[in-house]
Amino acid sequence: MATHTQTVVGSDADLRDLASIVVSRAMKSGATAAEAVVREGSEFSAVVRMGEVETLKDSGSRGIGLRAFLGQRAASTYSSDFSEDGLQRLIGGALELARVTSEDAFSGIPEPDQLGSLGDLDLYHEDVYSLPPDERIDYARRAERAALEADPRIKNSDNASFDASTSYKVLANSHGFVGEFRRSSCSVYAAPIAQDENGNMQRDYWFSLSRTMAKLESAESVGREAARRTLRRLGARKIASTKVPIVLDPMVAGSILDNIFDAVNGDAIYRQSSFLMGKLGQKVAAGNITVVDDGTIPGGFGSEPFDGEGVPTRRTVVIENGVFKSYLLNTYTAKKLGLKSTGNASRGLAGTPGIGSGNFYLQKGERTPQQIIGDIKQGLYVFQFLGFGVNTVTGDFSRGVSGLWIENGELTYPVEEVTVAGNLKDMLNNISEIGNDLEFRGSTAAPTLRIDGMMVAGE
Amino acid sequence: MTQNQNLFFQKFGITPNDLQRYLGEALSAGGDYADLYFEYLTSTSIRVDESIVKSASQGISAGCGVRVVAGERTGYAYTDDLAPEKILRAARTAALIARGPAKSPVQGFTENANHQLYPIASPSADADIAAKLELVMRADRSARAYDPRVVQVRAGYFDEVRQILVIGSDGTFATDVQPLARFNVSCVAKSAENSAQGAAGGGGRVGIDFFNAEKTPEYFAKDAARQAIIQLDAREAPAGEMEVVLGPGWPGILLHEAIGHGLEADFNRKGTSAFTGMVGKRVASDKCTVVDNGTLPSRRGSINVDDEGSPTQNTVLIEKGILKGYLSDKLSARLMGVPDTGNGRRESYAHIPMPRMTNTYMLAGDDSPEDIIRSVKRGVYAVNFGGGQVDITNGKFVFSASEAYMIENGQVTAPLKNCTLIGNGPDALTKVSMVGSDLQLDEGVGTCGKDGQSVPVGVGIPTLKLDSMTVGGTAR
Repeated sequence: MATHTQTVVGSDADLRDLASIVVSRAMKSGATAAEAVVREGSEFSAVVRMGEVETLKDSGSRGIGLRAFLGQRAASTYSSDFSEDGLQRLIGGALELARVTSEDAFSGIPEPDQLGSLGDLDLYHEDVYSLPPDERIDYARRAERAALEADPRIKNSDNASFDASTSYKVLANSHGFVGEFRRSSCSVYAAPIAQDENGNMQRDYWFSLSRTMAKLESAESVGREAARRTLRRLGARKIASTKVPIVLDPMVAGSILDNIFDAVNGDAIYRQSSFLMGKLGQKVAAGNITVVDDGTIPGGFGSEPFDGEGVPTRRTVVIENGVFKSYLLNTYTAKKLGLKSTGNASRGLAGTPGIGSGNFYLQKGERTPQQIIGDIKQGLYVFQFLGFGVNTVTGDFSRGVSGLWIENGELTYPVEEVTVAGNLKDMLNNISEIGNDLEFRGSTAAPTLRIDGMMVAGE
Repeated sequence: MTQNQNLFFQKFGITPNDLQRYLGEALSAGGDYADLYFEYLTSTSIRVDESIVKSASQGISAGCGVRVVAGERTGYAYTDDLAPEKILRAARTAALIARGPAKSPVQGFTENANHQLYPIASPSADADIAAKLELVMRADRSARAYDPRVVQVRAGYFDEVRQILVIGSDGTFATDVQPLARFNVSCVAKSAENSAQGAAGGGGRVGIDFFNAEKTPEYFAKDAARQAIIQLDAREAPAGEMEVVLGPGWPGILLHEAIGHGLEADFNRKGTSAFTGMVGKRVASDKCTVVDNGTLPSRRGSINVDDEGSPTQNTVLIEKGILKGYLSDKLSARLMGVPDTGNGRRESYAHIPMPRMTNTYMLAGDDSPEDIIRSVKRGVYAVNFGGGQVDITNGKFVFSASEAYMIENGQVTAPLKNCTLIGNGPDALTKVSMVGSDLQLDEGVGTCGKDGQSVPVGVGIPTLKLDSMTVGGTAR
């Protein structure tokens, strides 16, 4: 495939200028403050199935978003049309919309002294497009082959893929801030299907994600791990309802971190929509729990030199030894709560900035997953959550799970079609063990966790 | 629809000759089929939060996706610039999937008569922004007036108009102008001890009049507030297998998760679905007949043509409990030798089409809803749901009840906290023992995600009784 989608360096200056030009034109048209974001991205994807190419995708796109203020009123527009006509419509539209929105005492872009960029965080590597097209396809093919060859019970494949992408982002505002950064990523993924003697099928997957080809795990290791995860599900059965300790593997433990993020972000707090509302400074989790958000980790999947409003990202300890220490805030929610932004504004092209995490993780503990499992007489090791049964307002938690039954400290037969339920307020306090296996495979990460007192519903 | 032709032919200066040239370029290295999908999407959103209009947003996105199919292989490229050289470049990139002598597309295009499922006198998108704003403010006032314990209200209005042109190397030529509007209200209620939330919303391929006449802001606001207040007193849901009664309408998400995804042809072509090879077999009790119908007027999941230019249809998936067929797109239809059911959909020009649901629902039965509830000794009556999910390969699916009650000795009693229901797709519907006469479709808020692509869908059921399902509560 052609690699035409790689950004031509010469055009970056144009895009940088474009963001500033749109801001200054919005100001000339009557805006009292303005903020523009320009994004350009390219993506390549090769999907193979049973050794054959299934899809190849290779493309690029760009867009511009504008937030304009008339005093305390704000509105936003976005467009993929960079023509003069398109820009006029972008600017005119935002100002016209801003006339009909409400005065909001807390609206506005960050103060000048809050703006800044951390500079190079090692987020961009040109080498994600370095492989010749046929070798990219082959990367996916090798991952799938390793999975298929791992065991005769692996009889089919959902697919395997190799993906690469780059993006370039410019943010400019009417305080004169202009920031830019590029990011790259590449990934390999395999999802084999295993079948038991009764014809029952199971699928699972594994992947590696990296900002540089130099650190992407081998196709073979990803394929073999995908096979291991798939095979261990064969012969799964339902169990009777019971209350036992559960152990979450790091991937599903990470989704508990997502639930914590939803509850500690400023939007949920000021809207009284969080089960952690009013708990700042109080103990909300077991004493061994420390949760950190850090947007500054070099090469991190959640790192950015500045947030969606031009505030430098930072390291924020959210929960320290079980005590709720800080919300995660953008400029708006910080003002609402009488605090300072924590540099967590997230911004797509459309709409007002939201709140996003940087690298959001639970600090690792001392013990190996094997030790944690080894302590448990009867319990459930969970490696998949199904569904969205988490209520951030109340903390109520009820999700479908698949996993392995723990008997006398050993992983035994696979389990499926059961749920685990509890309340996040209790769950955070009942995390009794934390593994030493913290590893970032995305911007959110957690080690193996043991949680006591949850209800498993089955037969 | 000349209005649509005007957009791509006039605004972007595209001519029928250009289209032939693009298809020719796409087939320059051979391949069985090529198509181009032009899209021009405008959208508006308005949000009220804390009784003020905090945000209003408008956007435009336009682009063209080029697909080349060679055997089971698909090459895809897109551009957000509709200049001829950019489209030709995308066509050349997509063409790299094929490695043979050039082929020629069919000369000339055939435009078939479309359904006219959303004839709107005044599209929402054209309505005055102030009129939309007033709708959202009315919702805020109504929810707050419902009960003093309602402490937070968020209301949002969203509309879009998607104009598409699809051309294929088989002579396909289809255009559509697809309006879509949605209204959402969510509330937080607080008592001395508890907090709770409620949410409601709806819409469809409707004009703004729909929200003034049929489903008003007050209708959605009161329902969201009502749910939040009820949840304040909710008790722990039970855990384990028991009788479950699903209320009519949105609980039809059961069908979407339990069987709908598993019947999408791509999974079955690849043998990765728990329903693979089950056509002609019993997958539900004989009271169950389930269809996927893209042709219902004004519904959120309806479209005149799918995103491959094929007319949508009413497809019977399950007839009296027997599995009849799959939901297919052009690729699956050709490779499996089955009819194209007009279910090839995509999120945008940047996405490859695949088989997707439209409006999936079960036909009404003979039982009265009251009799159904009276027949239950101890079980759960679930009337509102959040999202659901399915593992296609092992068939296990979940969906989470956001409003549910205990049924004890034939009577609906206490409200229950959020709980997830879990089951096994290929046999869940075999446990349906009663089907109500009260078929309802959902209000029009459903969005389905598959392989990272979101499309609007609808669901529906009459009141249903399942003799056994696992309820994921916390109480013994």
